Amino acid sequence: MMMQNSPLFELHGVRQAYRKPSGPPYVVLDGVDLTLRDGEIVGLLGRSGSGKSTLLRIVAGLAQPTSGQVLHHGAPVAGPTDGVAMVFQSFALFPWLTVEENVLAGLKALRVPANEAAARAEEAIDLIGLSGFESAYPKELSGGMRQRVGFARALVVHPEILLMDEPFSALDVLTAETLRTDLLDLWMERKLPTRSILMVTHNIEEAVLMCDRILVFASNPGRVAAEIRVDIPHPRNRLAPDFRELVDDIYGRMTARKPLSAPPTTPVGTTGRPRPVYAEPLQQVSTNLLSGLMETLAAPPYQGKADLPHLAAALRHEIDDLFPIAETLQMLGFAEVAEGDIRLTEPGRLFAEAGMDDRKALFAEHLVHFVPLAAHIDAALAERTDHRVPYAPFARELEAFMSEAYAEETLNAVTGWARYAELFTHDREAGVFCRGEAE
Amino acid sequence: MVWTQTSVSVKTAAATPNRWDLVALPLVVGLLALAAVGGHQMAAPLASLDAPAVSLDPWNLPDYALRSTLRMLAAMAASLLFTFTYATLAAKSRRAGMVLIPVLDVLQSVPVLGYISFTVVFFLSLFPGSVLGAECAAIFAIFTSQAWNMTFSVYQSLRSVPRDLDEAATSFRFSGWQRFWRLEAPFAMPGLVWNMMMSMSGGWFFVVASEAITVGDRTVTLPGIGSYLAEAIAQKNLGAVGWAVLAMLAVILLYDQFLFRPLVAWADKFRVEQTGAQEAPESWVLRLFQRTRVCRALLAPVEVLLGRLAWLRLSPLSSLAAALPPALQRRVAGPPSPALERTLDRVWYAVVAAAALALGWTMLRFIAGGAGWGDVGTVLLLGAATLLRVMVLIAIASLVWVPLGVLIGLRPRLAEMVQPLAQFLAAFPANLLFPVAVVTILRFDLNPDVWLSPLMILGTQWYILFNVIAGTSAFPGDLKEAASSFRIRGWQWWRDVMLPGVFPYYLTGAVTAAGGSWNASIVAEAVRWGDAEVTAHGLGSYIAQATAAGDYPRIVLGIAVMSLFVTLLNRLLWRPLYGYAERRLRLA
Repeated sequence: MMMQNSPLFELHGVRQAYRKPSGPPYVVLDGVDLTLRDGEIVGLLGRSGSGKSTLLRIVAGLAQPTSGQVLHHGAPVAGPTDGVAMVFQSFALFPWLTVEENVLAGLKALRVPANEAAARAEEAIDLIGLSGFESAYPKELSGGMRQRVGFARALVVHPEILLMDEPFSALDVLTAETLRTDLLDLWMERKLPTRSILMVTHNIEEAVLMCDRILVFASNPGRVAAEIRVDIPHPRNRLAPDFRELVDDIYGRMTARKPLSAPPTTPVGTTGRPRPVYAEPLQQVSTNLLSGLMETLAAPPYQGKADLPHLAAALRHEIDDLFPIAETLQMLGFAEVAEGDIRLTEPGRLFAEAGMDDRKALFAEHLVHFVPLAAHIDAALAERTDHRVPYAPFARELEAFMSEAYAEETLNAVTGWARYAELFTHDREAGVFCRGEAE
Repeated sequence: MVWTQTSVSVKTAAATPNRWDLVALPLVVGLLALAAVGGHQMAAPLASLDAPAVSLDPWNLPDYALRSTLRMLAAMAASLLFTFTYATLAAKSRRAGMVLIPVLDVLQSVPVLGYISFTVVFFLSLFPGSVLGAECAAIFAIFTSQAWNMTFSVYQSLRSVPRDLDEAATSFRFSGWQRFWRLEAPFAMPGLVWNMMMSMSGGWFFVVASEAITVGDRTVTLPGIGSYLAEAIAQKNLGAVGWAVLAMLAVILLYDQFLFRPLVAWADKFRVEQTGAQEAPESWVLRLFQRTRVCRALLAPVEVLLGRLAWLRLSPLSSLAAALPPALQRRVAGPPSPALERTLDRVWYAVVAAAALALGWTMLRFIAGGAGWGDVGTVLLLGAATLLRVMVLIAIASLVWVPLGVLIGLRPRLAEMVQPLAQFLAAFPANLLFPVAVVTILRFDLNPDVWLSPLMILGTQWYILFNVIAGTSAFPGDLKEAASSFRIRGWQWWRDVMLPGVFPYYLTGAVTAAGGSWNASIVAEAVRWGDAEVTAHGLGSYIAQATAAGDYPRIVLGIAVMSLFVTLLNRLLWRPLYGYAERRLRLA
């Protein structure tokens, strides 16, 4: 939409890794390139854990990459830079400062003279629609108004680049839409004292609605999987065919078979052994959600097959909510996901129609068959006469191949499913896996 | 860490109407005076107690340490019993609560060592010729250092049981007994355990102080670390002081590992939030017990028995009501008429007021019997001197520990290492170190009015440190990021970002430290080394000297004035600050 002049901000080959006390480092971002130019809104789209927030923090100067180049107007960046301001998902307002004091905080830090600061604060407060709220404390405001303060506080320093970390995701649907359109209007009318916006989101429609360019992130380690230009002119209509087509296309890319199941975190464990099949990270998804989605898919209007964007809209789920459920169903052999569609398999249909006991039996069968870790624990339990095996060795084994947090989530996931299937349970106090009551 | 929870009685502003304090102060001090008078008369004919000799042989220390610990445990048991009855009564009965809560407020402002001055003679006379009386007096003193904040905590919990849980209990028609054990007690547990820990931490100081007490011509010595220390001081034996310090260190460590950490880890399951805590407290001892099959098997019957007990439908009142004729039953069960309520209220107010007046009058007459108006003036002046000391010390400690605490809290690794150390230092009875200070003052001939003062805050300053560390660790990461992203630095960072954030935590620490310093003043303003006595001018030394002389009217006067100062300080300084912190600085 503007001439392509020299880039404002560049990242080359950025890698971010955290050292673990033992074993190989945990890689959050790997080989990321990013260029920000004048007059564009760039979206970083991906699931939680794909490192997009980390990337935003690197641009903000809040985090230093392990390796790679970070350039602002061609000069390397170390620490928070001039001309970059950030809007936070949680608003991050100082609760003991009024709206006006919050907005002034950034200017004071820049040692702007008091008169000029006051004038600029008033201007920003007016621009963002906060007039009349100057002396209120954040606690007294609704979520939408608080995030407006967040915007005003960022815009008042006249940042060259505005960074936004899921700025609308803590707001309800209506408020979020109002804020989005207000911001877009100001941007289109060139009223914002900003040359470029970089935003993190996990909402596909939001990305297509606002951005000129979308970088789709893949997880484990976080990297750019695809770059998509959005050439639809503003104001964009969510119902227009080209808009829907693009949304469908991104859903398709994000549910393509390969990037879905996380690629190996570490091909070889700390001990140098090859990764066993059961050391595969799992996402914790409640069995209520699993059966709920199967029932929904089995019932009209879907009759066993649904378009994911449509389903997401109908269920008011964002990708972070819907994808893990869909993927877990796919892993358990209850559904197939491809090209932005989800289709129930025959066992999935059976499950949806069955009663409580049959469901549990079917689930147990699929759990042992399709989830190697569940089978692994189940086999270990079968070997012991007292049907108790300690928990810690499993945790240690998994930690050799993934981060501690992933290992815990993986074990929690398996425990939750096994409890539902009445296969085994985890006695936290005793620190063992054991068979349930029915022995 | 579990220490981060704040539950200080000063915060119960809503629960304590001011005018009731007018009544509560004479009630408490008057009753104490009565006990002293009564005890004094009863004990008058008795000969002085044969004090068992305390030997300075370090090999006796394990035995002494054990005895001190048992005293602490006995006091804790008494505190728990008191807490559950008193807090329940105050929470369940509006009329009882009107009196009990202000009374509790005064009770906790009375210096702990004041209680022992009053009660030691009374307890001695209860068990003439046996050490049991002296034991009871010491245990009572430790009890008074522990019980009040525990009671406040349980009272607050009982008053704030979530409405949905309360309704669930009602809809399942729990009896009063069942409701208490199945809902209210578990709900109060985390706060109670935390306060028990605070109480224990403060309690060691008074264990040490209460084991060797001289009231008038009566010297009571109980075998324990405190009396060992007293003997070491009398014999000017610094080596023995060192042994006492070592023994205390060991005792506190063992206590923490074997009693408190398991208790805290266990109590964590009573937390009401359904989401898992970020970091559940851990205890290897508890884990050991939970994972050892033998222990589990041994404990299982106890568990079953306790479970049965808690499920009993004990409700004597309703079974009594069931025995009444139906017509009467309806009247008992139905809501009482508002007119009757009002009349009952008035009668109740009258009774309380009369009791307060009578006790207040007794107190005044008792004081007037041995002290004149001149004394009152002197005591007020001395009180002002001690007040000045406390405030200056808190200010100095804050200037030192707040910035340091913040800097430590910002480094999670360091905080993890420093935090247990600070808590340990807070529990360590500082009076064990007093002799070192006295020797120094004597050696360099320093001015005691200045140089004795630091002793008051020696043990209590750590509360400021670890509360500030906790506050900084709990400071939201997004606010830190926002500050750093807008490049807020230097003084603006302290003023706009960090200080407001840690202020509520700091306040909890400062209140605890100030309260502890008032208590410590009684032992810190008048210290001995052999025959040499070093005294600073202040209310603490006044009470200490009156106690040593057995001058009851002056003891009562000193303690009444100290309670007054503490209460006023709470009212006029700490409570408004808490209100401000609650309104402005709470992180949503």
